[in-house]
Amino acid sequence: MPNQKKLIVSHAPFCHDGSNISTRSNNIMLAALPAVLHGCYLYGFPAVGVVALSISSAIIWEYLINLLTKRPATIGDGNAAVIGMMVAMLFPATTPWWAVITGTFVAIVVGKQIYGGIGGNPFNPALIGIAILMLSWKNIFDIDQALLNYEFNFASAYPLVALKHYGVSSVDSYNLAGILMGNQTGSIGSGFGLALALGGLYLILRGFIRWEISLSFLAALLITSLFFQLYDTGKYAGPLFHLLTGNTLLGAFFLATEDSSSPANFIPMIIYGAGTGLMVMLIRNIGGHADGVVFAILLMNLTNPLIDKIRPKAMGKVNSHA
Amino acid sequence: MKKRPFICLSEPHLEYDVIEPGCELNIIPVPKKAVLFFGTAYDKKGSPLFKEGDRVKTGQKLILYADSEEYVISTVTGTISSVSPYAGDFGKSYTSVQIDVSEDETDDAFEKVSAEQSIETVKNYLSYLPGNLPIKSFLDPGNKIDTIVITGVDSDLLVVTSQYIVNSKMEHIIKGIKILRSIPGINNIVLAVRRDSLHGYGNIGAEVKNISTRYPSAFGQLVIKESLGREVQAGKKPEDIGICVINAEAVASIGIAFSNNTIPTDKIFTLINKDGTKKLVSARIGTPISDILKAFNITLNHGDRLILGGPMAGSPVYSEDYPVLPDTDAIMVQDKNYIQPFSDYPCINCGDCIRICPANIPVNMLIRYLEAKMYQQAADEYDLYSCIECGLCTYVCVSKMPISQYIRLAKYELAGINTAEAANA
Repeated sequence: MPNQKKLIVSHAPFCHDGSNISTRSNNIMLAALPAVLHGCYLYGFPAVGVVALSISSAIIWEYLINLLTKRPATIGDGNAAVIGMMVAMLFPATTPWWAVITGTFVAIVVGKQIYGGIGGNPFNPALIGIAILMLSWKNIFDIDQALLNYEFNFASAYPLVALKHYGVSSVDSYNLAGILMGNQTGSIGSGFGLALALGGLYLILRGFIRWEISLSFLAALLITSLFFQLYDTGKYAGPLFHLLTGNTLLGAFFLATEDSSSPANFIPMIIYGAGTGLMVMLIRNIGGHADGVVFAILLMNLTNPLIDKIRPKAMGKVNSHA
Repeated sequence: MKKRPFICLSEPHLEYDVIEPGCELNIIPVPKKAVLFFGTAYDKKGSPLFKEGDRVKTGQKLILYADSEEYVISTVTGTISSVSPYAGDFGKSYTSVQIDVSEDETDDAFEKVSAEQSIETVKNYLSYLPGNLPIKSFLDPGNKIDTIVITGVDSDLLVVTSQYIVNSKMEHIIKGIKILRSIPGINNIVLAVRRDSLHGYGNIGAEVKNISTRYPSAFGQLVIKESLGREVQAGKKPEDIGICVINAEAVASIGIAFSNNTIPTDKIFTLINKDGTKKLVSARIGTPISDILKAFNITLNHGDRLILGGPMAGSPVYSEDYPVLPDTDAIMVQDKNYIQPFSDYPCINCGDCIRICPANIPVNMLIRYLEAKMYQQAADEYDLYSCIECGLCTYVCVSKMPISQYIRLAKYELAGINTAEAANA
């Protein structure tokens, strides 16, 4: 058959719904942006510096690893930027520059790239970065000390630390509606509860995060804290306080839902989310840390490969236990 | 094709197309050259029972080699101009027979026996019918077929062929059902139609069942599940549980054959143009696709894609000379600007494929094993053989991975390994 035009042949299917990773990353950053902007407004230029340095250094680390391992550059997918943004949201505004760069190094290199890059990480990379820093330089994450030179027109003690050290009576000094609107101290991206919740809702509606994880996380957190409160009202704070303070909303919508380190089947997602919510409350009420979100999510990341084995029977398979 | 919706709380729904009322059938004239395909490989040393220069008549039965059971019904009258091998998918080879067409003359062999409306006659003369009658399933004594499922629904998106047949050829389908009833052992015949197209069909001799209009519910295994409540085991065929799935067009063709005492030779199919517009076309089996494209002024350029079947589960061909075959339900032309390359990105574990998979396969795990070429583990632990190859996982994959392609490759590789092991055992 001489002089024939060549046709493209490949197996079916021949169409795609047009989704891609960079759209996903951009939307996650867009959803997180209001909370970050609020942090920048509240803490001023130091916070802007931390966010900018964190995102840029995360991208640079990823690119350097791409060069070092002689693999195609993957910074275009936006995943490194998302990790950088998440790390920044977990830092207090006065975090020194070297800590930011170390944090993103651990997040990108140790948390993600040594496992083969995107999709291969068993833990949330941003949380790996933060957890290592928390264990190494504990003082950086002492919010009250970090924000010592700031003056706010609301109760300026970090709510969870106040609760831990001064008991439930200290909770009364906080106005829950004010906390929801961002009138609380904390890490850069975790203060503005309303923005985080709306951002999370946006991501759920767009299908970029899995609602099962977020909702079961929050439900388990509320129920557990309610039980604690009912058990001893004088010792434990109520569910709404725990919902709105610390990294709860940030964790529920942006951290626990990280694709690679969380389950993808329905029942496992519920178990994973609920387990995280439960662990957060156990750490906050019984454990040694003021806020347990970082470690609770990392702990449940660990269980992901096991619990994600719970899945519906595939079509045409005979149940071997029947 | 439908893009990912802005609000995407649950998995995207792909709905089958409904045939437009008053959709006209475009009839393509008999081609000057026709090509017939034999499923048997071309044997260089073999001696075909016909050779170049032989004359054939419309409706004449052609047998390639004396020892093969397979036959082809010539759909045109003319002179055989060449007999040559054709390489298909996954290294399969066929024999293509080209015929220079002249004035139609009908072979009367079928007419003589058509008074006897039995499965024997169907077996001897009607296996090369429009709609591709799976006659081998009935003949194999190993299959104890007791149920026939007639699909009046098109399995792929954009295709409306079967709907047209059900809407316009019901009397022939009823006659075909009557003949299928006469097969010994058959005690249940089911006609599957779209859920929203159910208007009283009356007593057609078969049970009418409604099938969901969401892709891929018209796939054989899912039709069986929805209409009979039975499940075909992973890796098995419907025939293994005594069910034969037949296209509505094949049943209608049986009816037409016995009504007119001639073997029908015209295949009805949906032609899907580059812009997604559809046309219903009727052409002689054996008409080269280039003739059909010419009739509708469709130009095929370098780098375009020509697909037999629909956008989700069709199979592409590399040559415009490929003919219309008895199982060609659709011909689709895709512009090169529309064709998106796959990527070598890894799975990011977003779970979209798991939510959309109709067979409940853990696609996120399966694809990791397939990428590592661990095919046997993929089959043992991650349900490779449950896949019905609907292509939805690939359609939604955010990493643009060729998932369905990996699955097909794995099945092919495993089949090769199993054959080799059986041979050496």
